[in-house]
Amino acid sequence: MSNEHASAGMMSGILGVARRDLLLAWKRPGDILNPLFFFAMVAALFPLAVGPSPEQLQFSGPAVMWVAALLAMLLSLNSLFLSDFEDGSLDQMLVSPVPLSALGLGKTLAHWLTSGLPLVLVAPVVAITFQMPIFVTGYLMLTLLLGTISLSLLGSVGAALTVGLHRGTALLSLLILPLAMPILIFGARTVSLVAAGDGAAGGLYFLAAYAVLTLSFAPFATAAALRISNE
Amino acid sequence: MWKFFHQMASPPHFYRIAAKMIPWFMAPALMLIAYGVYAGLFLAPMDYQQGDAFRIIYVHVPSAYLSMMTYMVMAISAGIGLIWRIKLAHAVAAAAAPLGAWFTFLALATGSIWGKPMWGTWWEWGDPRLTSELIMLFLYIGYMALRGAIDDTTKADRASAVLALVGAVNVPIIHFSVEWWSSLHQGPTLIKEGGPAMDPGMLYPLLAMIFGFTLLFGGLLLRRLRAEVLFRERRTKWVKELVLSGGK
Repeated sequence: MSNEHASAGMMSGILGVARRDLLLAWKRPGDILNPLFFFAMVAALFPLAVGPSPEQLQFSGPAVMWVAALLAMLLSLNSLFLSDFEDGSLDQMLVSPVPLSALGLGKTLAHWLTSGLPLVLVAPVVAITFQMPIFVTGYLMLTLLLGTISLSLLGSVGAALTVGLHRGTALLSLLILPLAMPILIFGARTVSLVAAGDGAAGGLYFLAAYAVLTLSFAPFATAAALRISNE
Repeated sequence: MWKFFHQMASPPHFYRIAAKMIPWFMAPALMLIAYGVYAGLFLAPMDYQQGDAFRIIYVHVPSAYLSMMTYMVMAISAGIGLIWRIKLAHAVAAAAAPLGAWFTFLALATGSIWGKPMWGTWWEWGDPRLTSELIMLFLYIGYMALRGAIDDTTKADRASAVLALVGAVNVPIIHFSVEWWSSLHQGPTLIKEGGPAMDPGMLYPLLAMIFGFTLLFGGLLLRRLRAEVLFRERRTKWVKELVLSGGK
């Protein structure tokens, strides 16, 4: 009975925090749009630097878009816990009866819905400019979908560790980028392999497995990090 | 047993004991490395494929092994520090990180120097171990950057411990994913079924170097740890007495 009660509290905790963060994001659409524009601009820098040759763009498209997506995710991660830290909401979360890992997961869910998911949806538009075939674009979206889930979760640990520190943005990148490399490797390579006519199952399975792994462990690491940062 | 650990975790006791232990690490380390360098450079037979260039493994292999080992030492002691709140364990992690970063750098540098005559390039992205070693270096840099950014020692200890543990979970995954990425590096010759595939004249200096480097790491870690303990305890009475008595 009490178990049921606790899990109900956890679910409503996750959803409550997520709903609140989504509402906050809705009221400040710039927070969602800026990383998207950033993504599109970084992706646009490469053709300008490399040259307009369609073969070259087709070849480097998956890699460029994945790197741009990774950087755009990093950009939005920095503010994940910042405003809650500044206005004291985080203190309330720390003393809340709902487990901190659940509340952190709710915030991460909202973060993914406002940064990861929009990237997945915008990716096809950018992919057109890289002359990417339709079915390859589908795989690009699928890898981005799985990869950004892991990135949000992994990033929440880094954001929790660096919340309240000065010069947090550069530090956050230093912490998260090496950890994110498996996601980048499998994400970008899988799309490249599909574009070259190879199978994608292995890479997709890896990305899915990694998403499950981060989903299982990252919320607890995030909670531990939030407690340490708020001491 | 517990009493021993308890005593070791007390900073003044550790500080004294460590000073006595350092020579026991350093002396055999220097002997083994001296033998390894001499035997490796002059006595070991030339490799029939690689000529004299293979001799760089006498630095490369121990460094590469220690770059991984040090991360393990760092993550395990960070975990111990986080779970049982032992300050000395956190100090071990903090003292080990720069050593690990240097070993990683050494492994990368020697690997790249070896790569020039062997592969014809200083850097080969197709080689998974070179790449995962580079990511390893980034992990150490991130760890040290996080420590450096937090002023409060206790907070820095615990935050960096979380990062070290998250990193430790990721290291095998990074290794595997880079491996999948593509392979060029020669296969393992040392740990293999049916014994190492290596001439004994080449093997013994290498083993001497591996053990020598490990002991050197132990000795250096203890030295760094003494300094770290002294810094952390700088406001305590025993450090004051130590300073006033001229370090005796």
